[in-house]
Amino acid sequence: MSTETNTIEELANQEYKWGFVTDIEADEAPKGLSEGTVRFISEKKKEPEWLLEWRLKAFRHWLTMTEPRWPNVRYSLIDYQDIIYYSAPKPKKELKSLSEVDPELLKTYEKLGISLQEQERLSGVAVDAVFDSVSVATTFREKLMELGIVFCSFSEAVQHHPDLVRKHLGSVVPANDNFFAALNSAVFSDGSFCYIPKGVRCPMELSTYFRINAANTGQFERTLIVAEADSYVSYLEGCTAPMRDKNQLHAAVVELIAAGDNAQIKYSTVQNWYPGDKEGRGGIYNFVTKRGKCIGKNSKISWTQVETGSAITWKYPSVLLQGDDSVGEFYSVAVVNNYQQADTGTKMIHIGKNTRSTIVSKGISAGRGQNSYRGLVNVKKGATNARNFSQCDSLLLGDKCGAHTFPYIEVKNTTSKVEHEASTSKIGEDQIFYCKQRGLSTEDAVNLIVNGFCKEVFRELPMEFAVEAQKLLGVSLEGSVG
Amino acid sequence: MLEIRDLHARIGTTEILNGITLSVNAGEVHAIMGPNGSGKSTLAQVLAGRDTYEVTNGSVLYNGKDLLDMDPEERAREGLFLAFQYPVEIPGVSNTYFLKSALNAIRKHRGLDDLDAVEFLQLVKEKMRLVQLDETLLSRPVNEGFSGGEKKRNEIFHMAVLEPKLAILDETDSGLDIDALRIVADGVNKLRRKDNAVIVVTHYQRLLNYIVPDFVHVMVDGHIAKSGGKELALTLEERGYDWLKEDVEPMSVHA
Repeated sequence: MSTETNTIEELANQEYKWGFVTDIEADEAPKGLSEGTVRFISEKKKEPEWLLEWRLKAFRHWLTMTEPRWPNVRYSLIDYQDIIYYSAPKPKKELKSLSEVDPELLKTYEKLGISLQEQERLSGVAVDAVFDSVSVATTFREKLMELGIVFCSFSEAVQHHPDLVRKHLGSVVPANDNFFAALNSAVFSDGSFCYIPKGVRCPMELSTYFRINAANTGQFERTLIVAEADSYVSYLEGCTAPMRDKNQLHAAVVELIAAGDNAQIKYSTVQNWYPGDKEGRGGIYNFVTKRGKCIGKNSKISWTQVETGSAITWKYPSVLLQGDDSVGEFYSVAVVNNYQQADTGTKMIHIGKNTRSTIVSKGISAGRGQNSYRGLVNVKKGATNARNFSQCDSLLLGDKCGAHTFPYIEVKNTTSKVEHEASTSKIGEDQIFYCKQRGLSTEDAVNLIVNGFCKEVFRELPMEFAVEAQKLLGVSLEGSVG
Repeated sequence: MLEIRDLHARIGTTEILNGITLSVNAGEVHAIMGPNGSGKSTLAQVLAGRDTYEVTNGSVLYNGKDLLDMDPEERAREGLFLAFQYPVEIPGVSNTYFLKSALNAIRKHRGLDDLDAVEFLQLVKEKMRLVQLDETLLSRPVNEGFSGGEKKRNEIFHMAVLEPKLAILDETDSGLDIDALRIVADGVNKLRRKDNAVIVVTHYQRLLNYIVPDFVHVMVDGHIAKSGGKELALTLEERGYDWLKEDVEPMSVHA
């Protein structure tokens, strides 16, 4: 085997340089899951009766379900009685300055281009009065309030906007939709709620706010975003900075509702959770249900995701294209390294007339990682002139990793047009040698090639995020960090 | 500038270079000719640091340094440039971005600051004219969808921007029509200076009408069978390579 392949392997064998932070004091529920646990959580959150009932119904249904085994991922069965389902995070011990933070972590922040101020926040350093995150957040919120935009934690929404929550909760992902969605519905801890009224264009990416506030959202996160007619919102979830988390199982649910005509929701995710060590021990299981519904005519929902973390990823951000002329998009970059496994893709369900969907999936496999694209394009009988274009590309680094594609296409309407393109390529020694001959290091060469491969997805990300995502990819695939 | 002594290299168990000895001085142009499979391209690749080939014997000094001890990128940063016989496609990476990264990596090695976008653009515009490169090829991904001629021209364009001390052109003439050949050769000639050197690897004498060499070397079976001035190329054009093969047969028995 040549040096280049070896180098690629070295790059692929990079270790997650930061461990877990476990010394969090918490107000916890007893271990295990029962109706008692569900009631405990609901009570802790002072929820109204209807929501408790909703949770209990979900729980009872969950009891009748079995964990799905169809995804192309391998892991031992999860003991659901061995999990703590509610744990109110208490602030970590405050550090006085960045000099007390693990230097490796700081190096990573620097590589990702995260500002000093934000580095302090992420690593739990007390911030000075000028940059007090709470006040910044409050300023944002006030600005949004003036426009009638509601943006708050899910718990707050339940208290202050119960009608909105009640109307939309579970309307896209029903509580009994699947095993993990049912589990989430029963025990979700918190999450985000966002409401954009008619005719309002949200003036900022809902990112800065999120990044300042939602460091601890817990393992069963619930997000609900509703956009009324002629409104627009761009929402950024996650963070390129490495996420430490003591919970192994994450089962989130995200529901997007483009409720009125011309409503647009753009949802971008960067996920960088602990992927486990080099031998595949530990790491987060990320079993997420994300789905959007385009109800309004000419409405649009666009998912963009960059997934580099987690030991196992299992998620299919989907769009139900109900309104005539509505548009669904899915742009994805999924990176697996070492023993990481990802089974991810999308579902585009064409119901209305002239509905259009675009799927661009870029899978990158390194180390012994296994990457699967699983997608469904379903054109219902009434979806006259529906259009879909799918493109699934896989890039392999090294020769011990795998890429798999499972595209499903179901078409019931003869006027529709569905296109699917797929490719699998290996980073060639030729490409790396060519770059090196021009003076670039191996790491820079791999970076350049991988980023080129992902370009179509990155350009869908909001600018600031795209730059970070590119750097993140570099860090994820870099061999000798630091 | 370049001192190759008794260089042997193989791929797997197949010996390809069987003792090459060659000196190249600053300001010179050397042509390396020879039949298919004689090891011309291997020599070019070995000098650039391709590790598919294993160097089993010999030494190469480049500006007084041990070339074989350097990584390919180090060689590049020290001013060694290879114009590829088959330029490689890098999807999604624009030609300009690629070149800017390369140039700045080289500049960094030499203790120079990065060129900013404006300075770089000026440089690129100037060098583009040298090889009459179509402007649209700048923003397109590196070599992707380029025609054969465009790829070769792009290599010379890279060379023009990176300003190497030693440029090795590996069959840059193959696949070029006569007009493109002239443009490429013109570009190379304009880049000739007293302090740099060029090694032109080619099958045909044709290119040497435009890039006039100081020395011509003929490779047969992995070593240099004959060296001479530019007239040697004309002899080869007339007589082909076979007479040289017969000439060297006894020698390879000795080896």
